Amino acid sequence: MATKQIIHGIYSDEVPLLEGCKSLRASGIRVKEVYSPFPIHGIDPIIGVPRTRLAICAFIYGITGLSLATLMMWYMMISDWPNDIGGKPNWAYYFNIPAFIPITFEATVFCAAHGMALTYLLRCMLVPGARPKNPDPRTTDDKFMIYLELNDEQSKKADEILRSTGAEEVNYKGTIHIEPAY
Amino acid sequence: MHAESQIREPLIIGKKTYRDISNDIIAPIEGKASKFWYILFTISVLAFMWGIGCLAYTIGVGVGAWGSNNGVDWAWDITNFVWWIGIGHAGTLISAVLLLFRQKWRMAINRSAEAMTIFAVLCAAIFVTLHTGRPWLDYMLFPLPNQFGSLWPNFNSPLLWDVFAVSTYATVSIVFWYIGLIPDFAMIRDRVIKPKMKMAYSLASFGWGGSARHWSRFEEVSLVLAGLSTPLVFSVHSIVSFDFATSVVPGWHTTIFPPYFVSGAVFSGFAMVLTLMIIVRKVYKLEAYLTVKHIEYMNIVIIVTGSIVGVAYLTELFVAWYSGVEWEQYAFLNRATGPLAWSYWAMMTCNVFSPQFFWFKKLRTSIAFTFVISIVINIGMWFERFVIIVPTLCRTYLPSTWNTYTPSFIDVGIFVGTIGMFFTLFLLYSRTFPVIAQAELKTILKASGQEHKELAAQHAHDDHH
Repeated sequence: MATKQIIHGIYSDEVPLLEGCKSLRASGIRVKEVYSPFPIHGIDPIIGVPRTRLAICAFIYGITGLSLATLMMWYMMISDWPNDIGGKPNWAYYFNIPAFIPITFEATVFCAAHGMALTYLLRCMLVPGARPKNPDPRTTDDKFMIYLELNDEQSKKADEILRSTGAEEVNYKGTIHIEPAY
Repeated sequence: MHAESQIREPLIIGKKTYRDISNDIIAPIEGKASKFWYILFTISVLAFMWGIGCLAYTIGVGVGAWGSNNGVDWAWDITNFVWWIGIGHAGTLISAVLLLFRQKWRMAINRSAEAMTIFAVLCAAIFVTLHTGRPWLDYMLFPLPNQFGSLWPNFNSPLLWDVFAVSTYATVSIVFWYIGLIPDFAMIRDRVIKPKMKMAYSLASFGWGGSARHWSRFEEVSLVLAGLSTPLVFSVHSIVSFDFATSVVPGWHTTIFPPYFVSGAVFSGFAMVLTLMIIVRKVYKLEAYLTVKHIEYMNIVIIVTGSIVGVAYLTELFVAWYSGVEWEQYAFLNRATGPLAWSYWAMMTCNVFSPQFFWFKKLRTSIAFTFVISIVINIGMWFERFVIIVPTLCRTYLPSTWNTYTPSFIDVGIFVGTIGMFFTLFLLYSRTFPVIAQAELKTILKASGQEHKELAAQHAHDDHH
């Protein structure tokens, strides 16, 4: 069973925090997470955040919406109960396509937007009543935090790097026990 | 961090830190409301109450309570509907289109503009649900199975397209707005002290923590939502204009309607944003973030869209003459010289003439003048919809159906009621929600903040020598 130290490195600006992340990575220390009041540009490749696939989800949801709308209008207007409205009969789907474009478009946007938003919320576990995910409440206001989980040897090194890159505080928040993977 | 040209004026005035931004956004939420707020709120609630009374009366006795008659079967209801929907357009334009164009100045206004959009769409929804005459049967607009009625709804009808367009627009706008609100609610959650407030904002912030992974997803979602909302902005008012353009009524059956409606919508929306933001920046002391430069930018949008609207009016007249269709020619002659000509000229003065003052820098940077013009434009845009609908329906093909129109007490009541509702909601919003997207604003502090820009200029100067 391995024991790891939880370390909060608090910065008051994003530029030194980025430097800190770079130095930590250079000395082979994994930056578990970074908490900030606003998105820090360029941090993802430094701490190894993979590119999100939410846009692909949106595309798939959009295609689903498009298909559902097409199916719905084909069934209601062409298949189930065709009507002759104002001398314009609903004979075949391709014949009526111009009239169906607006709703097809709206349904595509509707499904893409809502599907992606729901996926985003669930993927981040953002639900009403969820506990705040930031370990230090100041990180939504004006503080920036590097969150580390390290063994004793790495902790010493990390402490040095954090302080030398301008961390205002280095807080030790106890230890966690990690079962070794077999 | 990106660097910004020194030529650009700062978007955040004064020496502000990240903490100052949090403090300034939280102040109206934690502080007590001013007397001015209570006065405005009381007036708004009273107007809203009057509206609810008139609305209940309409549901009780039917739309016969309105001034609409056999010939003029659309009047204030659809005028108000289109007016409110149009106002809503600025919010989505600011948050979506300006995001795609990387206009940083949108960050100070997008939150309130989106709130305005949602409240305006709610007001518009009242008119569309009521104008059907029997609002309790409005479920027939949804694609429900035959047992509810004898037929499916007609998907060839622009009126049904409108149902889908407006509901998609409303819900997507709410989602876009809320996704952006979550980090700001989290900031408030972590700052407020009162336990009840803390609980409320905890619930609203969905447990947001601001980790790098979440921010990365947040930015992707914002970008894709902006991409999806951009065609939505243009489609919604295009579809609203199809309600008219696909009919065979002279004066309505024109292909210019979609672009003309969309630019008109953006025009009126920006005017309403200005009206609200000029009050908000004063009451909540946000002059450092909603600067004169922001007002100037919005005024420039107003000149552009207002001029497009002006060109559209003239094009309509030209095409009516050039088409050689007598019905069409008469429809426009009647608008300009008929019994309701005063409304046409009110529209022309307010929409085409008044925004041209903004060509002068002195006038478009004057807050008082902008405020007056923004209200004039809102009135003008209401008259635009009135002119399209009422004078046209007063003189259709059959002279025996020719008629005049006067609104009833109930018409006025419902309209004033929606204005009351709009301001009631906006005033409540401004006291409980972060009125500026503070997380976004913090990202531009170093590039566009006055202090940082001056420091950067100083550095550039030093390096030179």
